[in-house]
Amino acid sequence: MQPQSLEILGVEKSFGADNVLKSIDLSIRPGEFLSLVGMSGCGKSTLLRIIAGLETPDRGTVSISNRDVTDVDPSERNLAMVFQSYALYPHMTVRENIATPLRMRRLSFAARLPLIGRMIAPAETLQEIAASVKEAADTLQIGHLLDRKPAQLSGGQRQRVALARALVRQPAAFLMDEPLSNLDAKLRAHMREELTGLHRRLGATFIYVTHDQIEAMTMSDRIALMSDGGIEQLGTPDDLYQRPASLTVARFIGTPTINLLPVEIGVAGRITAFGEELGLEAAPKTAGPATTSGPATLGLRAEDLRPAADGLAARVVRSETYGADRFVTCELVQDPAVRIVMRQHAGEGLPGGADATLRLGFDAQRAHLFGADGRRLDVSARARVPA
Amino acid sequence: MAVLRKYLPHLVLALGAVPMLLPFYWMFLTSIRSPSEIFDVSLWPIPQHLDAAQNYARAASQVPMLRFMLNGVIVCGGILIVQVLTAVPAAYALAKLKFPARRLMMTLIIAALCVPMQALALPLFVGLAKTNLLNTYFAMMAPFFLSVFAIFLFHQSFRSYPDEVIEAARMDGFSEMEICWRLVLRGSLPSLAAFAVFSLVAHWNDLYWPMIVVTDTNLAPPPLGMLFFADVESGANYGALMAGAAIITAPMVICFLFARRHFIAGITMTGVK
Repeated sequence: MQPQSLEILGVEKSFGADNVLKSIDLSIRPGEFLSLVGMSGCGKSTLLRIIAGLETPDRGTVSISNRDVTDVDPSERNLAMVFQSYALYPHMTVRENIATPLRMRRLSFAARLPLIGRMIAPAETLQEIAASVKEAADTLQIGHLLDRKPAQLSGGQRQRVALARALVRQPAAFLMDEPLSNLDAKLRAHMREELTGLHRRLGATFIYVTHDQIEAMTMSDRIALMSDGGIEQLGTPDDLYQRPASLTVARFIGTPTINLLPVEIGVAGRITAFGEELGLEAAPKTAGPATTSGPATLGLRAEDLRPAADGLAARVVRSETYGADRFVTCELVQDPAVRIVMRQHAGEGLPGGADATLRLGFDAQRAHLFGADGRRLDVSARARVPA
Repeated sequence: MAVLRKYLPHLVLALGAVPMLLPFYWMFLTSIRSPSEIFDVSLWPIPQHLDAAQNYARAASQVPMLRFMLNGVIVCGGILIVQVLTAVPAAYALAKLKFPARRLMMTLIIAALCVPMQALALPLFVGLAKTNLLNTYFAMMAPFFLSVFAIFLFHQSFRSYPDEVIEAARMDGFSEMEICWRLVLRGSLPSLAAFAVFSLVAHWNDLYWPMIVVTDTNLAPPPLGMLFFADVESGANYGALMAGAAIITAPMVICFLFARRHFIAGITMTGVK
């Protein structure tokens, strides 16, 4: 099946007084692996369920390849969903589980009945279904499990069965709702790899919901980061990491969490922290008031920091070495409540060792500045005016 | 001490079982005794004159016992089938579908659980009399077709069925009825077995309602038949009477023994005691 595109326009949803989705617009390209990521309660699962047809939006439309499916039954949308709990039919064998989507679509009601159904069902269709089941099972290497019941399978095996059941119907798109969150860490990493492999092989459209930013970063073509019922930023994993559009995005993406420094934007966009000049300048806004002065937040990734000759003074609190990397946690001398994590190669020496004081340096183009409203502001290096 | 701890619970349970089983034992004992020993209070299992053959032969020949049993099967089977056909979709809707006034409906069902059969007897009787339906199988079955107890029991059990499986089924193209019968009920077979035992026992043993709506011996279910039997015999031959009672109790005991495991799983799972 040709990969399909999906279009979500102005979708809104409330549960009672709780406004879960606030006018979502999202277009998903054919064959794309798109992740919906965010904290629990941000509305990502609700959005996926609206795409699937399991929830009806209060307003807005969902289209698949330019066909409006907002009022179409879930089964008529030709989408396959993989659930967090796998949702296998407990009384059916693996073979029956995988065959079910095809049986429901290709066999009449009478032919699906137990016992008599077998006599009415056209043999040719049954053979086709059996062949498709075998193919899907082989793709996911579960051919040897076909006669078992879900209760006799491990978590990873159930996951594969759920994927095979999705695969077998050759859907317009795959919807996945945190499919890896019930697996242990090692298996999760392995399944991540398999899922991306599957996506590459099938070339199908994948919409993947997760709260785990690492899953989103490693697997996706694009990520839609959701927060509080809206899409905070839509872009490639690199976009989100290198140019976070807001404080929420910056905080969510990246391990360790981005370092945040309370700063002040002064006259002519000059940025100071604790009264100290940082050598940065906030670019004037293109619209609105010419200068943005007032409190702001400076975001600095751990790997963009390095010990330098001048910069903010910090005291080393802890230093942890993870094989190749070392994470050095410091507290600012001016305000010990502000903790900064710096990442170094383990080979690099730590100036002065533990408990030492050092100065934190960084490149202006690697700094992220966020205004009081949390939105990204442009920032550039400022020629230092001698004091 | 350890031995005591291990066997004490069994001992207590065994002691509790004695008063439960004693009437059955007594019934069986009386059914094999001769008339002269009937009022003997001894519980010794071997009677001086074994009259089992006479008593059972009499019970079987004096009245159409087979007819009564068949009536019982028709009435109980009919009631059970309609109860399940109506209660399962109702319980599914209440447990898994969203619709307005769902909680109100559930409250009404729980309220209906509290209404005793006797309170409804008069209007039902009048209704059946007006429609000329007295002395029919239908009259014996109709008041029990809609069982709020069944709805409640199935609701409790269906509620725990995973929502994601139902959603997966919707995406695969199952209709709501197929989800209800082929998936959700399939996952609640112990409750079905438990309810079947409750319902069969209750209606097999019911004397009250058949006595009100049936006067025709040919339609009498077993307990009412026994009553006719007692009348015929003017209540004198207790040995034969108890033999009859033993015969009509047997199917229920066998039915329970077959469904025992499911029955116990069903009531422990749904928290109904």
